[in-house]
Amino acid sequence: MRYPFPVGKSDFIQGDEAIARAAILAGCRFYAGYPITPASEIFEAMALYMPLVDGVSIQMEDEIASIAAIIGASWAGAKAMTATSGPGFSLMQENLGYAVMTETPIVVVDVQRGGPSTGQPTLPAQGDIMQSIWGTHGDHMLIVLSPSTVQEAFDFTIRAFNLAEKYRTPVVLLTDAEIAHMRERVYIPKPEEIELIERKLPQNEEEAKLPFGDPHGDGVPPMPIFGKGYRTYVTGLTHDERGRPRTVEREVHERLIKRIFRKILDHKDEIISYDEFMLEDAEIAIVTTGIVSRSAVRAVKMLREKGVKAGLLKLNTIWPFDFDYIEELAERVRKIYVPEMNLGQLYHLVKEGANGKAEVELIAKIGGEVHTPMEIVERVVG
Amino acid sequence: MRKEVLFSGFGGQGVILASVILGRAAAVYEGLHAVQTQSYGPESRGGASRAEVVISDEPIDYPKTLHPDYAVFFSQEAYSKYLHTVKEGATVIVEKDLVPHRDLEFEKKLNVIALPLTEIAEETTGLSLTMNILTLGILVGVTGIVSRDSIEKAVRDAVPHGTEEINLKALRKGFEIAENLKS
Repeated sequence: MRYPFPVGKSDFIQGDEAIARAAILAGCRFYAGYPITPASEIFEAMALYMPLVDGVSIQMEDEIASIAAIIGASWAGAKAMTATSGPGFSLMQENLGYAVMTETPIVVVDVQRGGPSTGQPTLPAQGDIMQSIWGTHGDHMLIVLSPSTVQEAFDFTIRAFNLAEKYRTPVVLLTDAEIAHMRERVYIPKPEEIELIERKLPQNEEEAKLPFGDPHGDGVPPMPIFGKGYRTYVTGLTHDERGRPRTVEREVHERLIKRIFRKILDHKDEIISYDEFMLEDAEIAIVTTGIVSRSAVRAVKMLREKGVKAGLLKLNTIWPFDFDYIEELAERVRKIYVPEMNLGQLYHLVKEGANGKAEVELIAKIGGEVHTPMEIVERVVG
Repeated sequence: MRKEVLFSGFGGQGVILASVILGRAAAVYEGLHAVQTQSYGPESRGGASRAEVVISDEPIDYPKTLHPDYAVFFSQEAYSKYLHTVKEGATVIVEKDLVPHRDLEFEKKLNVIALPLTEIAEETTGLSLTMNILTLGILVGVTGIVSRDSIEKAVRDAVPHGTEEINLKALRKGFEIAENLKS
């Protein structure tokens, strides 16, 4: 297979471009989208690359249709992705829930910009953290990944497809305008260097009859593919193991929703990923996600120079959230700081995790600029 | 080794392209870590334009410039806004004709190269818009932040197809100016 960009070497590209290339290498062959700053470059790259790898890139009439199209493509057997920013992400929420309920593997990229509404189109923010987790209605479970560099944008996109396929779930890649438009050195691996996971397909008629069952005990049913010979019914209504609407029985609803939770939460140790920096002996912990992590790394170095034992916990997965690990951390440190580019979202998760074992303080910044390292240092040393 | 470079001017002067080429030379052809970021208004021409490049032999944490080691000013607005953020002893290139009001007292602490860059570009290639590449030639020639070979390769990669030779001509004129400044 020939790729429409160089593989097995480093390049100097924007985060958006890295996400598009990673999707192609992950086997994504269907992209549907509606242009929006600062995610449009993902669409531009997909429009260029897809025809060259026998894939499809299509502009839909809006973001509602975009996510609907990738859900359909996924049921037709394709790995599928869409990308948007805040206003479009809001429109996608209903169908994001439909993807959760129908257990459809898709990847949705949200490149965060200043909001609410059309807000600050060209500037970065982290105001969609809660929306990425809780934006759709009803009890639901999905996976949210958050990169802090262009290399991570590439790597986490591949991981997003793998997790979506493995757990038959939508995965949100939550990034921001800074990473999307930043150019950085990124290594684009050869296909043989990339480990790809493919969805489970029914092995026989019996499995195909239970597309919402649990034949393997891991909570993840094999997914029949439209056009491959099985009769399958897919609905957002509460359904039984065969996919038939059963909307009034409490037991059926509970069994379905609890399995959707269990298939992710039973594997949370594998799904949750974080990086630590100088945290072993830290008395002050900084907890971050995304672009702000890079200011925090520098802040930790500066604080150490001042004799403050600071360390960083950088969250690569923000949902499911490791509340237990945050509590463990809170027992070890004196205080936890949460710098984020909003008025307090990750902060609430960290505070819940800390469970009163350490004081948790928010370092909020909005308006479109990433915290400078000094802004974090000053808050810590007072 | 962390080096911070600031390019600033107005939209249409090739501020962002110059920064992308420098970052690419460092990241792809020198095997260094490099980050390029940019900010500009919604208008594509005429608005303020600013781009930053950070180059390091280690992974880069904070991706923005705090106190640039090198700075390029293509407009009065950019000069007035950002001159005072540069590091003491920084090498600063100024488009002399577009920056009539200078802070000569502050400039004493810097290594300032002030030239009619647009005019020189026009004389060299017949195209004033090669001014950004000419400036890259001066910057690389004077500072050695990346090798001449690397920047030439990055120029070839990044400029529109068919304009490689004219841009390389501007780049080499920049090298020549740098040589003359050194001697």
